[in-house]
Amino acid sequence: MDEELLLMRNITKNFPGVQALKNVNLTLRKGEVHALIGENGAGKSTLMKILSGVYQKDGGSIVWEGKELELHSPMQATNAGTSIIYQELNLMPNMSVAENIFIGRERKKHRFILNEKDTILEAERYIHEVGLNIDVRTKVEELSIAKRQMVEVAKALSVRAKLIVMDEPTSSLTDREIAILMDVIRRLRTQGVTVVFISHKLSEVFEISDRVTVLRDGECIDTLVTKDCDESQLIQMMVGRPLTDIFPKSEVPIGDTLLEVRNLCAGKLVKDVSFELKKGEILGFAGLVGAGRSEVMRAVFGVDRLTSGKIIIDGQTLRYHRPSESIKKGLGFMPEDRKLQGLILGMAVRENTTLASLGEISNACIINSKKEREVSLNYIEKLSIKTTGIEQKVNNLSGGNQQKVVIAKWLAIKPKVLILDEPTRGIDVGAKKEIYALMGKLAAEGVGIIMISSELPEVIGMSDRIVVMHEGCVRGTLDRKEASQEAIMNIILRENMRKV
Amino acid sequence: MELNGKSISNKTSILNRVKNSSSLGDIIIILVMCTLLTVAVGNKFLSIDNLISVCRQFSFYAIMAIGMCCVIITGGIDLSVGSVFAFSGVVTCMAMTDWKLSVFSSVLIGCISGLAFGFLNGLFITKLELPPFIATLGTMSIARGLSYGITGGYPIGSLPDSFKFIGLGYIANIPTPIVLMIVLAMVFSFFLRKTIAGRWVYAVGGNEEAARISGIKVDAIKILVYSLCGLMAAIAGIATAARLGVGQSTAGQGYELDAIAAVIIGGASVSGGVGNVIGPILGAAIMGILRNGLVLMSVSAYWQQAVIGVVIILAVSFDKLRNKKK
Ligand SMILES: Nc1ncnc2c1ncn2[C@@H]1O[C@H](COP(=O)(O)OP(=O)(O)OP(=O)(O)O)[C@@H](O)[C@H]1O
Ligand SMILES: [Mg+2]
Repeated sequence: MDEELLLMRNITKNFPGVQALKNVNLTLRKGEVHALIGENGAGKSTLMKILSGVYQKDGGSIVWEGKELELHSPMQATNAGTSIIYQELNLMPNMSVAENIFIGRERKKHRFILNEKDTILEAERYIHEVGLNIDVRTKVEELSIAKRQMVEVAKALSVRAKLIVMDEPTSSLTDREIAILMDVIRRLRTQGVTVVFISHKLSEVFEISDRVTVLRDGECIDTLVTKDCDESQLIQMMVGRPLTDIFPKSEVPIGDTLLEVRNLCAGKLVKDVSFELKKGEILGFAGLVGAGRSEVMRAVFGVDRLTSGKIIIDGQTLRYHRPSESIKKGLGFMPEDRKLQGLILGMAVRENTTLASLGEISNACIINSKKEREVSLNYIEKLSIKTTGIEQKVNNLSGGNQQKVVIAKWLAIKPKVLILDEPTRGIDVGAKKEIYALMGKLAAEGVGIIMISSELPEVIGMSDRIVVMHEGCVRGTLDRKEASQEAIMNIILRENMRKV
Repeated sequence: MELNGKSISNKTSILNRVKNSSSLGDIIIILVMCTLLTVAVGNKFLSIDNLISVCRQFSFYAIMAIGMCCVIITGGIDLSVGSVFAFSGVVTCMAMTDWKLSVFSSVLIGCISGLAFGFLNGLFITKLELPPFIATLGTMSIARGLSYGITGGYPIGSLPDSFKFIGLGYIANIPTPIVLMIVLAMVFSFFLRKTIAGRWVYAVGGNEEAARISGIKVDAIKILVYSLCGLMAAIAGIATAARLGVGQSTAGQGYELDAIAAVIIGGASVSGGVGNVIGPILGAAIMGILRNGLVLMSVSAYWQQAVIGVVIILAVSFDKLRNKKK
């Protein structure tokens, strides 16, 4: 158990304008689950990408099973016996689940011919191992993000690697899938596989990891045995100062109705949904994955067509149900997948922050560059986005900072109603608190906020009211006073019971 | 430290922009070609007359390529420009000779015909959701067929001198087509860099879904770029007819590929989201100088094709290699 699998010594890595890693040391033992934690931009993903050969290190050495290893390509790392699930999913949407699992390692017969039967049979095995109940011939684009994430896990398993790195695998999963993933990881541990587990959720770190390494600003703070430390200690190591009162929910006077959704039906997943949101209110949406929460919001905002229903913002009924109309009426919508729906990755931070509010910084359709720079600098500061400057491509930001850029884009339209779909996904504890504080501040200014979240503590901690959804319908609404994990689960379970 | 970085980047921004953009590679290629040609054929290449004629020649391509560039930035492609080029040319000439309209209205009609074809392309692509390749392949055939149909295949000559001025004349000692190219380049550069619609063009090419959620009218932007592309093809076609003094239904065959090549040499990516106006102009210049050089060195037309192909591949790989090193 104590045998060393991998040693990373004095790893340094520079990007133009930032030193992402400074003399980082990391030791991984055979068969351990090693958690890697740290704030957004601390360098976790960068360290792992060096390990997987995506980035080349600028200094330091990597020792794999006692031998020095020079990595120049991801292929070499795979051959050595590593497998990595990147933070940003890397599946081919237009290909089937089975094809994705074996991409680059296609099952074949007679050397050149694809062996479809084997591909499907083997893929099914791995898909069942991660508790998915889908046809492996489905195209990935038809799957929800949570399911895609589990397909990534299946893909990593199929490599039969000695080391599996999971970069924030749980950020897009709900409790049920997280539980399955934890089982998968435990099974891997008993098989002697080493797992590196990156997460911003400390409860998971405590649940699953044997040891934990904390990074801060590209430096390795320490490696500890998990059961010897407690949460506040880890937070202090990550943030550099103690953090108290994670949910700074303040009492805000609730005003008149801002948004009213009546009998909304859309697609297969949204059935007769009605709710309303008041000025200064934070309305939480809870439910299991596939409950249709995102779909409701997409229809409200006009991304997806609605089949029937009425949406009234501040007394005005929406007519065309298009994003441009919704924005004009003061509605902002931060979608759940930042890479696919939130950002234009090839564009700079500046262009991304102002994309939805260009009208406000322009005269006669001509963009005022000075104003544009001011706006984006302002939000970089307000949200403490870690970037080398406003001209940095968002592609080069860490995951959490990308998320903040999306938030900045929607704040820039000065919304009356802001819909946030999983706003804290992949965001570190410190930044999470900043975002909660920001939500509180917006609410105090009279903005109505809708928050979809799969993290129950956060929904309960921040919401004035909680709408519980299940299978496309609203199943109940809870007041702040009545809200608790049990109360929410009860509503969901009651529905399941009734069906049986 | 950050502040420092900013002030430095501000001071050298123009130099940096050139250095970091793909334009540098193209400029180097142009300089190398000019040097080699001067050494090889001397004054035959380096005379003012020849240089101006080269510029005039490639300005037609460049005008088309600028329009194509906008389409390619959105991640699309337009194969119909060569045919629209011919169609607008013959329509303009017919308007003057057969319908006896003034030069101004004829040119206007020609431009509108190109714009209309582009608009149609946009409609097919957005409303019928045809892939750009298919939609414009269709209109390419339609526009060519119409040009043959309305002219019966005969060239249309005996055009008024005031019309020929567009192709042959000079404004302040600079040939009109070159002036036209420069003006259009400035207009498009302003459009792409400074206007909201221009920013949206890049956004649509960068990530259509994210653009849509940000309130961008994706369909409208696509229709706009195809219309502009059609218009630019029309302008190039009309100017060419003016230069040659005839409107021909056979004009512009294969020009769509030249326009695409110029854009790609100029550093745009066919997957969308990147590109600028300088790129296609430099791309067109490279091809223009090359053609001229090959003619001066009496290389047969058959071999010219092959050499141009080689240069396209060299220019683009040069860029790729440089990016990789960074
Ligand atoms: N390709 C790149 N070019 C320039 N800078 C980069 C690049 N990749 C990462 N960085 C920078 O390196 C730093 C570390 O980023 P990294 O992605 O490793 O953070 P992280 O710890 O994974 O954060 P998160 O929790 O947000 O995912 C950040 O400041 C980031 O902006
Ligand atoms: Mg990361």
